Amino acid sequence: MSAKNLEQIEDHFQTFQILDEQGHVVNEQAMPQLEDEKLKELMFRMVYTRIWDQRALSLNRQGRLGFYAPVAGQEASMLASEFAMDREDWLLPSYRDIPQLVWHGYPLDKAFLYSRGHFGGGQIPEDCCAVMPQIIIGAQCTQTTGIALGLKKRGKKNVAFTYFGDGATSQGDFYEALNFAGVYKAPAVFISQNNRFAISVPVEKQTAAKTLAQKALAAGIKGIQVDGMDPLAVYAAAKDARDRAIGGDGPTLIETLTYRYGPHTMAGDDPTRYRTKDLTSEWEKRDPLIRFRIFLQNLGLWTNEDEEQTVAKAKEDVALALKRADEAPKQKVSDLLNNMYEKPTQSVREQLAEYREKEGK
Amino acid sequence: MAQMTMIQAITDALRTEMRNDDNVLVFGEDVAKNGGVFRATEGLYNEFGEDRVFDTPLAESGIGGLALGLALQKYRPVMEIQFFGFIFEAMDSVASQLARLRYRSGGVYQAPVTIRSPFGGGVKTPELHADNLEGLFYECPGLKVVIPSNPYDAKGLLISAIRDNDPVLFLEHMKLYRSFREEVPENEYTVEIGKAKITREGTDISILTYGAMVRTSLKAAEQLKKDGIDVEVIDLRTISPLDVETITKSVKKTGRAVVVQEAQKQAGIAAHVIAEINDRALLYLEAPVGRVTAPDTVFPFAAAEDAWLPNENDIVGKVKEIISF
Repeated sequence: MSAKNLEQIEDHFQTFQILDEQGHVVNEQAMPQLEDEKLKELMFRMVYTRIWDQRALSLNRQGRLGFYAPVAGQEASMLASEFAMDREDWLLPSYRDIPQLVWHGYPLDKAFLYSRGHFGGGQIPEDCCAVMPQIIIGAQCTQTTGIALGLKKRGKKNVAFTYFGDGATSQGDFYEALNFAGVYKAPAVFISQNNRFAISVPVEKQTAAKTLAQKALAAGIKGIQVDGMDPLAVYAAAKDARDRAIGGDGPTLIETLTYRYGPHTMAGDDPTRYRTKDLTSEWEKRDPLIRFRIFLQNLGLWTNEDEEQTVAKAKEDVALALKRADEAPKQKVSDLLNNMYEKPTQSVREQLAEYREKEGK
Repeated sequence: MAQMTMIQAITDALRTEMRNDDNVLVFGEDVAKNGGVFRATEGLYNEFGEDRVFDTPLAESGIGGLALGLALQKYRPVMEIQFFGFIFEAMDSVASQLARLRYRSGGVYQAPVTIRSPFGGGVKTPELHADNLEGLFYECPGLKVVIPSNPYDAKGLLISAIRDNDPVLFLEHMKLYRSFREEVPENEYTVEIGKAKITREGTDISILTYGAMVRTSLKAAEQLKKDGIDVEVIDLRTISPLDVETITKSVKKTGRAVVVQEAQKQAGIAAHVIAEINDRALLYLEAPVGRVTAPDTVFPFAAAEDAWLPNENDIVGKVKEIISF
């Protein structure tokens, strides 16, 4: 393949956008069919999540939360894509993708337990089709293919969605997952949230490829790059990917161009070591909440009152969830031992007896 | 009853469970039309079709992830890792994903996955095919590790593994695949995971072993009988969890023990078995527990295998040393 051919292929992956930074619709024919109530609901979720994220940062600083990966900046990428999911679609998040989990039915207090490293955080409720947040970068991708293949074998009209970052596209598991899903035409949607930095390493040092979306080509599946700060484009791309998966057309890789305003996690990451303030301000101008707010205000669908009510509701829910998380029973070693095997082995039985005695004291 | 080799008994177990339970799926590299490189899945593709017996792309980590996902859709995946040396490619999907699923979900999810894989020396494979890596998985809480030494146990243990709601690593010693036949019932039966078997009763010393070393130990025991040493041979059959009751009972009875494994001294489970004996039967011992193992090199190139693998004479020598301590 000549260099020119490669360029032509890469040029094929143009960023899909519907709503520009000023909240103007620039791609009318791609507008998703969303009723007013749905549009408002999506805005509600984004504002609510921004507030909860801010609360989570201060709670973390006060020592009231544990491991936390900030999400501000990525609300459209996360929530507008999850918005395209059916309740019975499966969700496989990474550790940053707690908002999608919560909007998919995972209670907020469990999110706080997860943050604190309490095993209750991993107990996904029965009516929430999701897997616990994944730590190993890209491992959820191959599992997504397995779930999607299972859904297909069961004849269900459901899809598996997974989320990971730009760094994950360097992992073997990412490519193995796409490749397997392509072969089996598994109903899977792979969403790479390209926030430009894998902790500190810029995406230019992850790959020489011009886009992450084009990596779909090698697996013979569809790939699309989306403006990840544009909720309408993210939703439309996710909806289209879901429809095609259900229709038997196989998996899709979606790359969302986005940005995390905060540090990688709250465990001491200092973004000023690897990115400039100018870059961050540049991305803040593309903020998904700002552009979607203007869009909705122009339609008369979002008022200051809506905004205030959403903020108040988020604060109230966070406080309540925190209270519930505080009430969770203290974690015991015997709980952990009980979750090793369906029937405890002799060694587990002996250690259970030992720890129950210690815990009883 | 039929005379079966171990590989035939394995195929029979897979067929039995596939007939019993529509949720059992068999997949891996070359397992469908080709019936597996050792023919372990021979005939399954024709009987059950591509929906239940299917080839995967050539990527072991992907196979492990696929198994986990299918398990979450309530299937009972039986995944094949073509040779156990390739397991390093699937280390994350097995050790950090499948083995931890129940724990990570606080008991909500489970991975009833059977990981079948051929291993073991003596068949002159290229590098990274035969390695005795079972010790790595003994050290993974959440997994079970089963290593049959004969056709009867292979069928009964594999059926148990497939029915188990926790992930089971089922290791098939390549040297045993076709080296002998024995009576195997054609009907279904199970052999309990976690239970060792007293393969030969004796009073003077206990040999604790597994896999291909069971037959080697039995031969050594016959040789030692001529010298008036009555050896008990315990086939561990499952190395995780260890059957500490059977081990302890035997050692308490004989007062002497030798652990025999094909793995290197620093690998395998010999050290763990000795630690269990120390914990549970130290004061019954007349002598230190002996160990017969391979030396601490990388698993050898084919031409060095015969010199490297523990043999009958090594066992005889070690038993005599412990007896005369």
